[in-house]
Amino acid sequence: MKRKVLSAVLCAAMATSLFAGCGGGSGDTAKDTSADNAATDDAAAGDDAAADDAAGEDLGEEGTEVQADAVSTVGPDSGTHMEMWSFVELHNNFYAKMLEKWNEENPDRQIQITFTTYPFADMHNKLIMALQTGDGAPDLCDIERGQFPNFLQGEPQLYALNDALAPYQADLVESRFDIYAKDGTYYGAPTHVGATVMYYNDELLQSFGVDYTTIKTWDDYTAAAEKVKEASNGEVTMTSVDTGGTDWLWVAMAEHGEDYTDADGKVTVPASWEKMLTMQQGWINDGLAVVSPDGQLDTEGGRQIIMDQKIASFPKALWYMSRFLSYSNGELDTMDAPGKWAIAPCPVFEEGQPRSVGIGGTGTVVTNQSADPALAAEFISYAKCSYEGCVGIWEELGFDVCNTSVWADEKITKDTSNQYISFFKTNPFDVLNEIKEEIGAVTVNSNVFILQDYINVNSLNAIMEDGQDVAEALQEAQDAVDLEQ
Amino acid sequence: MKTKNFLYSQKVAPYVFVLPFIISFLVFWIYPLISTVTMSFQTILPGQTEFIGLENYSKLFRDKAFRIAIKNSFTYMVWTLILLIPFPMLFAVLIDSNLVKASGFWKAVLYLPSLTSVVISGILFRLMFTEYPTSQMNKLLVFFGQEPMAWLKNGTTAMFALLLLACWRWTGVNMLYFLSGLKGIDTSLYESAEIDGANGWEKFRYITIPLLKPTTIYVLTISVYAGLAMFLESYMLWAGNTSPKNIGLTIVGYLYKRGIEKNQLGYASAVGLVLLVIALVINIVQLILNGTFKKEER
Repeated sequence: MKRKVLSAVLCAAMATSLFAGCGGGSGDTAKDTSADNAATDDAAAGDDAAADDAAGEDLGEEGTEVQADAVSTVGPDSGTHMEMWSFVELHNNFYAKMLEKWNEENPDRQIQITFTTYPFADMHNKLIMALQTGDGAPDLCDIERGQFPNFLQGEPQLYALNDALAPYQADLVESRFDIYAKDGTYYGAPTHVGATVMYYNDELLQSFGVDYTTIKTWDDYTAAAEKVKEASNGEVTMTSVDTGGTDWLWVAMAEHGEDYTDADGKVTVPASWEKMLTMQQGWINDGLAVVSPDGQLDTEGGRQIIMDQKIASFPKALWYMSRFLSYSNGELDTMDAPGKWAIAPCPVFEEGQPRSVGIGGTGTVVTNQSADPALAAEFISYAKCSYEGCVGIWEELGFDVCNTSVWADEKITKDTSNQYISFFKTNPFDVLNEIKEEIGAVTVNSNVFILQDYINVNSLNAIMEDGQDVAEALQEAQDAVDLEQ
Repeated sequence: MKTKNFLYSQKVAPYVFVLPFIISFLVFWIYPLISTVTMSFQTILPGQTEFIGLENYSKLFRDKAFRIAIKNSFTYMVWTLILLIPFPMLFAVLIDSNLVKASGFWKAVLYLPSLTSVVISGILFRLMFTEYPTSQMNKLLVFFGQEPMAWLKNGTTAMFALLLLACWRWTGVNMLYFLSGLKGIDTSLYESAEIDGANGWEKFRYITIPLLKPTTIYVLTISVYAGLAMFLESYMLWAGNTSPKNIGLTIVGYLYKRGIEKNQLGYASAVGLVLLVIALVINIVQLILNGTFKKEER
């Protein structure tokens, strides 16, 4: 009898443990989806004390920065709690500062935000899954411009920002709102214009007898590249060409006044690409340029060859200025010595062509999963689009903000104590005001997204590394995008 | 009284024991499988899901990137079969024999890599194979008087890196399968073979290999699927899902790219089903040829 009872108990225990195992398993998966949230919360809880300390110091000593780490929480516990994701830590640091200002100015509408910085691809993938499944999205999130069309497909799961942006819109560059809009509804608050300019290492160029101010066309540029090659015995090249980025191609498009898309959103490879790529392939063959390590210059490898004085110039949007300066432990750490680098309009194919194009950009969105989307929308519009916010973006991040009245405000543009104005040999605002009317815009839709992806994965590598014929490579790219449209 | 009957019921007990498996099988395998089939005939966007018939499939067969993905996955699978079945079998036989001293040590050494996470080992391999002259592989090349090369930008060398990672990780695991298979072989067979005058090779050829067949078929079957479904290794080696000219793109990588990165879950479902069909066909053919489905011959 005893034995029977024992065996029954054992059987029952086994059965329940099986179920428990199973239940535990499913519990784990449920946890997994929210694991990041949980992790964020935990880390935030840990950081809270530190953040409070920092805030305390802030009251005592002016100028102490509240630095957002990978995860940090800013704002009082009594405020409406929100989550915010970005793929650039600097952005989150800036939003954290604007949040403190908001809370000072709006004592009755306090907000507390937990900021999390994720790697670029991870953040966009996480967000798209969260919006598709309707669960797990943050209240506020940065979306990079190239990725934005992905989030506008179907019924956008984002909150319309029209009302919140309305008070600020009159002063801002209209075209920067349109890139984050669908059917007249604005879903993203823009950060900057992203005017593309040429960065020249003037000190290095002078040592080879090149004066960058005389470079007006790409022919001049190529001639200068030959001079650099000869004078440096091939140690230094004029520039590096990209295999993982389309900046050069956008410059070529804007100079020719071209766009990818026709009225139906169909994408055609622009004719100017062949010119630009043929020219670049020639540079590679003649040893006048190298291929950018890691595909483009906004990478570890890219910054390394700039620091190593291996290349003397490159085109990038004005936001690249911020990559030259960074803070570690409150100390300014520059990528190169101050006063060496100059900024100038891009060379053109034929004189008289427009000399810039808006590249990159971040649209900050409010998701429809937000607890208080109206408040989130008002905060982010204030943080990014108010005059104060725009000045903040310039001072913190060094971006060419969308509010053009900032560009004309001499208190700001002539402020030599500003880290960016003092670092560069030329005043960025002088260049910006010079090319103000020439900054082209390129349409990005989901077909463009596919073409750019194809170009970055296949064509540019094939052309620059394997010497594939440019026309042939571009035809293959066209075929690939035609499959989708 | 009733509960007591239930608890002691020998009829119910087996069902209770297999229930957790049945439930998880239904929820995590059958349901997703059916919904994947449905999704492969749809476009799926937030708030707008439509049936589009066979459009995903017809697009798939015109898609060059998908063909590259199949080719890469297939090449990888074939090479893993060539490298990861004979060699682990040989190591297992060696360790099992008395030719090798400290066999426990060698077992541990070969098995250890499989305990590391793919993420970490992938990052280490990426650093080893970078194109900079400072990477280990390039230092090795320079030591042998060769020029440094861009390992991960060229199809052949990239496949070499992937296979090296696979061998490093999986040799030990497959070896353990074979070792356990070897333990199941009756030693008296070897003794009688010795009496009949068989040498070492003949014992291996006529006793070990035939009697290891069930293990070999098992390893072959899982290796076919594992090879075709490889994703994380490639994802880590190129620090993301994009490799130059798609040299590291695998079928699952392409599924991820379409479904997650481009938000085309319908198209990605079609990719997934094609992977399932390929893996099933290869394995069923292989199992038929190996006679697994034949009735036991007595």
